[in-house]
Amino acid sequence: MSEITINIDGKTIQTQEGEYLLNAARANGVFIPAICYLTRCSPTLACRICLVEADGKQVYACNAKAKDGMNITTTTDAIKQERRAIMEVYDVNHPLQCGVCDQSGECELQNYTLEMGVDSQSYSIKDVERKDKDWGHIHYNPGLCIVCERCVTVCKDMIGDNALKTVARGSDALAAEYKESMPKDAYSMWNKLNKSLIGLTSGEEMLDCTSCGECAAVCPVGALTDTHFIYKSNAWELKQIPATCGHCSAGCQISYDVKHESIANPEDKIYRVMNEWNYVSLCGAGRYGFDYQNANVSKDEAAFHKAVEAFKKADTIKFTSTITNEEALILEKLKEKFGYKLVNSEALAFQTFLNNYSEISGTTLYSGNLKEVAQSNFIISVGTAIKSDNPNARYALNNSLTVNKGAALYFHPLSDPIIDGLGKSIVSIKHKPLQEETILYLILDLFADKEKLPSEISEYLKTFHSTKTITVEETIKETIVEVVKSMKLNEETGAEEEVEEEVSKVVPKKISKEVEVDDNKLFELVGAPKNFSDTLEKLLAKKETFSLVVGADLYAHPHAKNLARLVALIEKYSAFQLVMIPSLTNSLGVALINELSSEIGKYTIGYNTKGDFTLSALGDGDLDMPAMNQQEGTLTSINKRVNPTNAALSYGGYELNDIASALGIVAGNTIDYTVELPMSKGFKAEKFDTLPNHYTNSGEELRGYKLENLAVSHAGNENVEKIDTSLSLGESLIYLVNPVRQFSAFTNKATNLDEVSGVYMSEEFLKNSDFNEGESVRIKSDKGEIVAKIVSDNKISGNIICLPTFDSKLNSEALFSGYRFNSASIERV
Amino acid sequence: MHNEQFNNRNVSDNGYYLVDIEDYPTDGWGKFKRVVKRTFRGELFVGLWVVLREMIKFDIHTVSYPQEKMPIGPRYRAVHEMKRLWESGTERCIGCGLCEKICISDCIRIDTKVDENSRKEVTEYSINLGRCIFCGYCAEVCPELAITHGGRYENASEQREHFVMFEDMLTPIDTLKAGKQLEFEGFGAITPHEDERVKKTPLSY
Repeated sequence: MSEITINIDGKTIQTQEGEYLLNAARANGVFIPAICYLTRCSPTLACRICLVEADGKQVYACNAKAKDGMNITTTTDAIKQERRAIMEVYDVNHPLQCGVCDQSGECELQNYTLEMGVDSQSYSIKDVERKDKDWGHIHYNPGLCIVCERCVTVCKDMIGDNALKTVARGSDALAAEYKESMPKDAYSMWNKLNKSLIGLTSGEEMLDCTSCGECAAVCPVGALTDTHFIYKSNAWELKQIPATCGHCSAGCQISYDVKHESIANPEDKIYRVMNEWNYVSLCGAGRYGFDYQNANVSKDEAAFHKAVEAFKKADTIKFTSTITNEEALILEKLKEKFGYKLVNSEALAFQTFLNNYSEISGTTLYSGNLKEVAQSNFIISVGTAIKSDNPNARYALNNSLTVNKGAALYFHPLSDPIIDGLGKSIVSIKHKPLQEETILYLILDLFADKEKLPSEISEYLKTFHSTKTITVEETIKETIVEVVKSMKLNEETGAEEEVEEEVSKVVPKKISKEVEVDDNKLFELVGAPKNFSDTLEKLLAKKETFSLVVGADLYAHPHAKNLARLVALIEKYSAFQLVMIPSLTNSLGVALINELSSEIGKYTIGYNTKGDFTLSALGDGDLDMPAMNQQEGTLTSINKRVNPTNAALSYGGYELNDIASALGIVAGNTIDYTVELPMSKGFKAEKFDTLPNHYTNSGEELRGYKLENLAVSHAGNENVEKIDTSLSLGESLIYLVNPVRQFSAFTNKATNLDEVSGVYMSEEFLKNSDFNEGESVRIKSDKGEIVAKIVSDNKISGNIICLPTFDSKLNSEALFSGYRFNSASIERV
Repeated sequence: MHNEQFNNRNVSDNGYYLVDIEDYPTDGWGKFKRVVKRTFRGELFVGLWVVLREMIKFDIHTVSYPQEKMPIGPRYRAVHEMKRLWESGTERCIGCGLCEKICISDCIRIDTKVDENSRKEVTEYSINLGRCIFCGYCAEVCPELAITHGGRYENASEQREHFVMFEDMLTPIDTLKAGKQLEFEGFGAITPHEDERVKKTPLSY
């Protein structure tokens, strides 16, 4: 890609070679109308309204690529006619005196109809019956649908569920005279539109996808709506509060749309969550898990005094990573002053992993981010159930596969039909738990520059290789020379005579031959399928940019230190960009700000977790705290950004800052600490109020600031341990993972996230065992036991049983020693 | 989206300011002085004198309300009315919320939900007549001619907020059945030549 200059309507524009004209225009403030195009997705070409003239030729701006010196005119008389006709077609049987519609004026159909000056209708067709459809969390009103297919496109290219498709409308054919009388593009666009509506790919009555709601968000009209929001409020009544989603480490940009609850209750309520869907895609938790606020809290002075007393008594503060950077800093300051032990096992594991990683990489942080993952074309994911751990990482992976012609390897013991459904260019390799070391060695073996790699490691890798001789059948092309006799006219004599000619012919021929091939034992060790080396070769064809995504399975692995060092080696000696998925919302921030400890003292204060004295934003503790949607502050995301979030709802109680102030660490507001975040870890001394939170038209992310990836002094020791083959777990496996849309007790509190908690078994497993859904079972591991109900989960397959962490009543963590897999026995109660 | 609007964290500072008024007396003597001052102020007697003077003259030009009432014009904008559909008798309001949006004194609020037939249902509709300035915008913007102004201007009660019940504003069903529902002719009503001005949309039926 190189910088080029194009000219749009007389304006000189710098852009990248091969960039779509529409994106180039948008980034430079030139307006080209477009309905069906979504930034980051592939062009759909359904609306055809983005027609422009490039070097005298009509092209669609959404799929025409910029070439150096191109001259583009966005409107000519012919194009104007086309656009007006297109909008008239969209308005056929779609009245614009809308009355009631949940789009309530945020409607692209209305906007473009006015923009194109449509004041009368010239076309008509008999309408077909289009009945409302209830698809579960999404409601489809085909009567309003303009079949721009944005929902289909976003589901395919961003989310990867492929849950929607176009289905037949069953309409009459267009009247023949239109073919002659109508502008060409408008006619063909109508012809296509007239044949289709949106339906479910599965053919079922209800949507069964990962329920992100992105289809409803991108809908330009009110055809697809969130069921919970139907006729609840007009969009213009809602006040938008820019925020950062507090459920996982992706830190998505969202806005909470708030309005008074009802006529009787003037208190604000969150009605829905919106996002800049051209640049960020939400998961179901972000979109529907918004009402987790700690409501109806007032200042309980007695409880507050008890809390201050408890802090004076305590020697340990135990907390989860669902806190802001500022709160983490307050905890750190309290620790410095009173010598508390700060306990957060999950953040500690991540912190240790990062530190071990730094010892080889020489940087505080990993190199990549999710945007780079989406833009790379070969991705490897290790040690994470990516669809639940960080849905945005899954979107990035899928985006690379669908839009960027990418390929991916997904290493995980748990088989996942959602990941397998992303396409043919992703290969899932089901390995045994605790084999993550082997996988990282395999990646080193396949991709690292062996010349530069420390000789010990390359020697060790060589031990896995051997040559073996195999017989291959192959078809070769052989050239045969044949002598052909033919009759020819002799020009001199004029008589026909027989001539012999040599003709060479190419014929395919099958031969079997013996070849020596490299036999990589690592393939077998990780459990790769047969002919994996061939598959890999195909996947790797024409790949230039590489990304490695690692997750929480590695951080709590018994050999986490070695894994961190291996990951660093991969990053250092191969072309891979690295992204680590922080386990919870602000694990990265906590890992950078706090000095954590693993020991628990005599008297513990729990913050959002059980302690001898519990501070809780869930409303179940000894003193109430504000939930993430009730406080302002910053969160550190997987993309190494410090994103600001604002308070959407009011909160009447005490917060951590009040306790700290009572204990002598005084600040007016919690966000006064934003400027004090440790610069030695890459934070910047920026005031909270100056932090932006939006995207520009060119897709540039103006949200908070990027963490500085600082250099760390390191010893230069690059030794790593060899693969520990002694590690293994039993046959019956359990895995600590949440279902999609659930992350913590906060998502569990949200009314629209209705996942049932329990023991998740795949349909396949239930079929082959004598367990039934709904039965109570006792699960016993070497660490403990729990009793819970069986829930059938069609989003997993295979024999591994999944246990969630979002339900604090279940206490699944009690069965694990840190590492997310364990073996356990299951029996009916 | 910009965040400047969130930077002011002083919740008490919402554009309100204190008017310079003398403090109210708190002790008994102060209160007594206030009563005396208010009772024997000269203005009272000035007013009483005007009334007395005019009464003695017996030259009255005003309507003797309430025995006598002036006729009200059809475009008069008094307390709102909610109309019903002539054909079915159901209320015309579709809950679009435009009246709520356009109301310049911010006195209309509606609560809506989806009903069992997937239609929008207005669960509660409220006009705070204490704030209403009877400008008529709500009647003008209403796409269904559902909210209009009526001629009822007699609102005697302890509180003006008492006149906000949706049921009170709605045309009684027997009035409708008797054919006595009046259409509002004022601001927002359909003009007589509407048909000539509209371009017809072609239909394939």
